[in-house]
Amino acid sequence: MSDITLTINGREVKANRGMTVLEAAQAADIYIPTLCHYPDLEPYGGCRLCLVEIEKMRGLPTACTTPAADGMVVTTGSAAIDSVRHASLELILTTHPCDCLECHRRHRCGPYDVCLRHVAVTDRCVTCPANEDCELQQVVDYVGVHKLRIPRDTRPREIDASNPFFTIDRNRCILCARCVRACQEITCIGTIDMSYRGYAMKVSTFGDLPLIETDCGSCGECMVRCPVGAMFPKDIIRPEREVRTVCTYCGVGCSMYLGVKDGKITGVRGVREGPVNHGRLCVKGRFGIAEFVNHPDRLTTPLIRKNGRFEEASWEEALDLVVARLGKYRGDEVAVISSAKSTNEDNYVMQKLARAVLGTNNVDHCARL
Amino acid sequence: MTAAKPGSNHQRTIFICQGTGCVSGKSFDITAALSRAAKEQGLAGVNVDFTGCHGFCEQGPVAIVEPDGIFYSQVTVADVPEIVQSHLRDGKPVERLFYKDPVTGEAIPHHRDIKFYSKQQRIILRNIGRINPERVDDYIAMGGYESLKKVLKEMTPGQVIAEIKRSGLRGRGGAGFPTGTKWEFCHNAAGDQKYMVCNADEGDPGAFMDRSTMEGDPHTVLEGMTIAAYAIGATEGYIYIRAEYPLAVKRVRLALQQSEEKGFLGDNILGSGFSLRIHVKEGAGAFVCGEETALLASIEGKRGMPRSRPPFPANSGLWGKPTTINNVKSLATVPVIIARGADWYAATGTEKSKGTCVFALTGKIANSGLIEVPMGIKLREIIYEIGGGIPGNKKFKAVQTGGPSGGCLPESYLDQSVDYESLAAAGSMMGSGGMVVMDEETCMVDVARFFLSFTQAESCGKCVPCRVGTKQMLDILERICRGEGKPEDMDILQELGQNVKVGSLCGLGQTAPNPVLTTLRYFRHEYEAHINEKRCPALSCTSLTSYFILPDKCQGCGICLRNCPVGCIAGDKRMVHIIDQEKCIKCGTCLDVCPERFNAVLKVSGETIEVPAAPVPVTAGKPAAAAASQKE
Repeated sequence: MSDITLTINGREVKANRGMTVLEAAQAADIYIPTLCHYPDLEPYGGCRLCLVEIEKMRGLPTACTTPAADGMVVTTGSAAIDSVRHASLELILTTHPCDCLECHRRHRCGPYDVCLRHVAVTDRCVTCPANEDCELQQVVDYVGVHKLRIPRDTRPREIDASNPFFTIDRNRCILCARCVRACQEITCIGTIDMSYRGYAMKVSTFGDLPLIETDCGSCGECMVRCPVGAMFPKDIIRPEREVRTVCTYCGVGCSMYLGVKDGKITGVRGVREGPVNHGRLCVKGRFGIAEFVNHPDRLTTPLIRKNGRFEEASWEEALDLVVARLGKYRGDEVAVISSAKSTNEDNYVMQKLARAVLGTNNVDHCARL
Repeated sequence: MTAAKPGSNHQRTIFICQGTGCVSGKSFDITAALSRAAKEQGLAGVNVDFTGCHGFCEQGPVAIVEPDGIFYSQVTVADVPEIVQSHLRDGKPVERLFYKDPVTGEAIPHHRDIKFYSKQQRIILRNIGRINPERVDDYIAMGGYESLKKVLKEMTPGQVIAEIKRSGLRGRGGAGFPTGTKWEFCHNAAGDQKYMVCNADEGDPGAFMDRSTMEGDPHTVLEGMTIAAYAIGATEGYIYIRAEYPLAVKRVRLALQQSEEKGFLGDNILGSGFSLRIHVKEGAGAFVCGEETALLASIEGKRGMPRSRPPFPANSGLWGKPTTINNVKSLATVPVIIARGADWYAATGTEKSKGTCVFALTGKIANSGLIEVPMGIKLREIIYEIGGGIPGNKKFKAVQTGGPSGGCLPESYLDQSVDYESLAAAGSMMGSGGMVVMDEETCMVDVARFFLSFTQAESCGKCVPCRVGTKQMLDILERICRGEGKPEDMDILQELGQNVKVGSLCGLGQTAPNPVLTTLRYFRHEYEAHINEKRCPALSCTSLTSYFILPDKCQGCGICLRNCPVGCIAGDKRMVHIIDQEKCIKCGTCLDVCPERFNAVLKVSGETIEVPAAPVPVTAGKPAAAAASQKE
């Protein structure tokens, strides 16, 4: 597969034509810090952290936007690179709560511990949904920023909590535009975009309406790509483990990981390798699974009406009853309603049963959820 | 002169400038009044016509009477009857309206004798002011569209590219990339559809050369564009004009229509088999859309944000197709190079920068306006000979070239050659051609702050160094101007500026720190005075200046007290007036209204003048003042 060879930091690296320098480096396990890059989004080049030196190229090109070419000689760290990278990171941190970055106790603090640094409650690392899972923290640890020499902008910015599933807290936003690009490139809706210019730029909807009043489908593709916790789900419980499964909401068959804690589903994550969805999920899969699986009203056994009341029954009982009753009818006396939550294969078998065995074309489904 | 309509027998033609500058000086009304007056007087042999911008906007509205070559400046509607009766009817020019040399005071009747024009060499602006921009026949009479005919009939695209390459023409948008090479990349790029784009999104404050070119000679831009499209193999073209240029948009649209009617555009141009359609796209008011990739995004209907290169537009431009983007002035030069040959063009200029460049000369200069000069000219020649020097006997301090992102060069650079390499080496740039002259009353820290406030506000916000870095730099500069600077600020500005320059995505961020870095380099003492002594040497930063009424000079006339907008002056008749420094808003009204013979108000920075605590009778200072006036 590999058809080109680059030299990165003195090491020969094989890559495929069409890859960017960043992708070639990542494929060879060479770390280049970045915040705006995301594997399934188009290159952006906004955070300026992945600057590299490439022989025969002027200045410091961004690894995420530069196509890898055969024979390229790339250096990912030098005094010039470090200076600009450090400066860019410092500038990002002036617009993001960053007291945690200077704190050596960061990894030891629990959610309810007293903050020894007198940091405002809203700025504390423990109150950030992305704490310990924050790409900015990782990059800061790599680049090594311990103190800001320029003042942090603490002016409050708008929070949009109108969506029932996730919140946009612009106080943490670093304007990497991953969310905007996801909405445009992945979901192809374009509910959110960058508005205003320069320092006033922000993620907003058309006319700056709350998210709930727009055409947002609440799929959360924007949210999962946020590197810093500026977009986060309303219910956050860190799972103990994850279980891979297929979404039961419809016939598409999206692969997903269910986060599980104490025997309950705490959250859902798309499986990037899933051939059907490539990691993507819709609002039902992402936000609807935990609620209905854990819901007390959920049916867990078949019910049979006896003496005017539903009573729990075993599957054998229920199926025997169905078989016995169905045998009394012929052709169009019966209708079959199938579930859109079943797989395509199950639904196929169901209509086959209706047409070939029961002899009716009265087949419908409940995909009008 | 071509304006006389073929077959008519006009004795005189008066051309009124209808560039935007003169239009704002009511030149539409002047033209109408002239036509009316000429008709009323029954002057059959007089033709009233208009042209594009003459460049001498300082003296606008301007008018030229041909064939006499008489140049009238600052014409008003009230002057019309005199011009018509005295000059157009009786042949006696109106001396009152002649241009007066700012140095000698001498009245100069002829256009060609005015120093502002005599030192210029007009290639790009060759037709402007000499033809009616709304008549294609005027352009054709000046040799227009001959180059297009030559190209389509006698030359292959490869030959056109070779000729432009040999001429040494470099992009006049600012970066100075060789135009021929740019065309060659696009010509060689594989693609079923190619696009030719004219960048007319001129956004630098005070710069108006592209506007003037489109308003004064739109056909030359179209001809250049058609030749370029032929060379690269494009069949679709876009002119991206900022919507704030309504007159340019109107004239370009009209020119497109005329050009299509004449068969210079459209299908099968001049029977050559080559076809080109040009569309006008109006910009939506974003400075950054002058950057080529942002411009393309804007044409595509996206948010105007630049993207990283490679891939370059020559390979993947508009809608992913090979695209060439050229500035208005580059394209306006193309027909001349084809007509007169690459060697002729290359004879002007320096070794690496050929031809001429257009500057919008402005600021503290006697003759502000639009000028075209050969590359390699000295800054001193531009400022003192063409520009007529600094008005009011003030001392020159700095010149900023290249628009808001250009650097400020001090007096020691006045003998600097004006070309791409020399200006870049000095920390400035050619840019699209702004040139702002500053005198001793200009504070260089404030200048840096002003220009950065523009670029900061116009940053698109995509990349971190430009979005946040320029904002942080601006905050520091604002602090310094308020007198709250800290000693480490200069180092932070220097380091941050350098990192923003290197780290930014597009030309906007890469050049935005230039005014700061060059003023730090050449006028460091001004920063030090602001930070360490809380003093503005140019007496310009309001927070650092104060006004005092000198007790030994004040005559107690009360004019300052009556005019002070905030009532912060205490005093009475024949009493020394006192300014309450706490209340003073430093508007300078007291200084302006204090009679010159008293000269009692003093503006200072970083020092305090001893004044009485409350108004005292003026007798204290009177003997000295009286003695001085007796002596005179």
